[in-house]
Amino acid sequence: MSMTIIEKIFARKAGVDGVSAGETVVVDVDMTVLIDLQFATMWIEPLRIHDPDKLAIVMDHAVPAPTIKDAAGGTHARKFAAEFGIERFYDVGRHGICHQVIAENGLARPGEILACTDSHTCAAGAYNTAARGLGPAEVYSIMCTGSTWFQVAPTIRYQLEGVKPDTVSGKDIFLHTANEYGDAANLNLEFGGPGLASIPMHDRRTIATQGAEVSADFSTFEPDEVLTSFLHERGVTGYDAAAPDPDATYREVRHVDLAALEPYVARPGTVSRNGLPVSQLGRQRIDQAFIGSCANGQLEDLEIAADVLRGKTVAAGVRLLVTPASQAVYREAMRLGYLQDIADAGAVITNSTCGACFGYHMGVVGPGEVCLTSSTRNFTGRMGSPEAQIFMASPATVAASAITGYITDPRSVTP
Amino acid sequence: MTLAITGKVWVFGDDLNTDAMYPAFAMKMDPPEAAKHIFYEVRPGWTDQVSPGDIVVAGKNFGLGSSRPVAALFTELGVAGLIAEEFNSLFFRNAVNAGLPAMTIPDATTAFREGDTGTFDLSTGEWRNETTGASGSVAKLPNLILDIIASGGVLPRLAAQGYLPAELGDLLRSSTVAIRGAGSGA
Repeated sequence: MSMTIIEKIFARKAGVDGVSAGETVVVDVDMTVLIDLQFATMWIEPLRIHDPDKLAIVMDHAVPAPTIKDAAGGTHARKFAAEFGIERFYDVGRHGICHQVIAENGLARPGEILACTDSHTCAAGAYNTAARGLGPAEVYSIMCTGSTWFQVAPTIRYQLEGVKPDTVSGKDIFLHTANEYGDAANLNLEFGGPGLASIPMHDRRTIATQGAEVSADFSTFEPDEVLTSFLHERGVTGYDAAAPDPDATYREVRHVDLAALEPYVARPGTVSRNGLPVSQLGRQRIDQAFIGSCANGQLEDLEIAADVLRGKTVAAGVRLLVTPASQAVYREAMRLGYLQDIADAGAVITNSTCGACFGYHMGVVGPGEVCLTSSTRNFTGRMGSPEAQIFMASPATVAASAITGYITDPRSVTP
Repeated sequence: MTLAITGKVWVFGDDLNTDAMYPAFAMKMDPPEAAKHIFYEVRPGWTDQVSPGDIVVAGKNFGLGSSRPVAALFTELGVAGLIAEEFNSLFFRNAVNAGLPAMTIPDATTAFREGDTGTFDLSTGEWRNETTGASGSVAKLPNLILDIIASGGVLPRLAAQGYLPAELGDLLRSSTVAIRGAGSGA
């Protein structure tokens, strides 16, 4: 039976020969990740859980605690981790945005299933993992029982062709496809093809992460040598990657010519059919610029920002916020001098957390302000006031725009 | 929990995302207060107009966005069920897991006008507009999913299965505890 990546992983984990779109399957979950918000307010401790070795806890959304409720959640998490022997507990200090921590610690393995309370869990699709965000009650249930159900959605295949230019990032590829094809509710996205080799792992993660913004179920990449080498460096071994069968059934195959792409920007509200090349936008001033989140707070994103900002100055009237995706990214970016260059340019570097991306506890925007963000969502009200406008672009575009004060094609800013 | 619901419908448009229903600032509030912010920007004042037993009908891509337990906030307001032309799957799952009946009807926003009375039976897939007489049916959900909704969501099931204290069983059917017990998501 010919299957897509997701169908193949589901079949394995359901213990059947094959599955196809339209079926409902019950599957074993290999790794379950709880986040700090899960423990805030009135956490009820379970009587028993499935397997402490298949569970991780990551403190990420609201750290260090901005409210007493969040502080109490931290207390619940520490007590639970200690009582149930959860060794993979990434408490404040060894924390980060869960999807970054998942990647750094090899929690997402090719061909396996990962569940987590955050909606951007599809990020781990970059590692050939069937990963998706689930609600807090469902993740709690998986923690207890070790399994859950999925309705197998039809898959859209993105066939990547050509070579990605150095001036184009994963963010630009995503914004282009979101503008071109729109939403993919109740569909899976699968990425592969000859062009994949020119897309580095951090860009794949940006693309996989943002499957959530086009409403997709799972967003998964083919395994290749770039992935194998990435995992080898992190000590991840003994996995069984899931490659799609050549004659797998797809709802649609979309060809993307990587060589033809250029930096993109999404207008406020949605990324779906709402973007255009930065070069065509016209003059758009900004008040705040943000580089961070599970999509774009990776070490390579900070390197790109540092390269653009080195020796430059953030424009008067613009606030540039930069948030490393994890404590490990923060330390490495500091060691490599990226943070020095970014701060010297006039940016504020924050502790690693989801932070400004979700408008909860830092860097919120006020009424009438314009924000250009390299994060996950440009929904109305997402980053603060519903009367603020949120444009979205790559870290290079955000850094270049912070220097000029208006949304700027990074190719026009000389290093 | 019943799988058949009848109530007055409120009709909304396409692409209503979770930030429009459960904004980040409301995540700092207790559930009853947070629930007053559903649609705070797209339809201010709606939470004062909706009555227990009412049903929300939405268009395409309903619930795009976060894993925040928005469905439980609707339950907090007494909303009896969610109908949409198309659900975001995470949002749909959140409704199922909170024990809130949810049904996909491809032409829902043309079959119902605001204020109509609708009947929706998840156990058969049949629906009827009691005001206009229009009716139809959609594919029935798998029994696995219907069982979760009928149980009042996943938390009461976990109590019944011995993962949570049994004495919490009934309490876990309340929306407030459903949110507070399992926390929030993003």
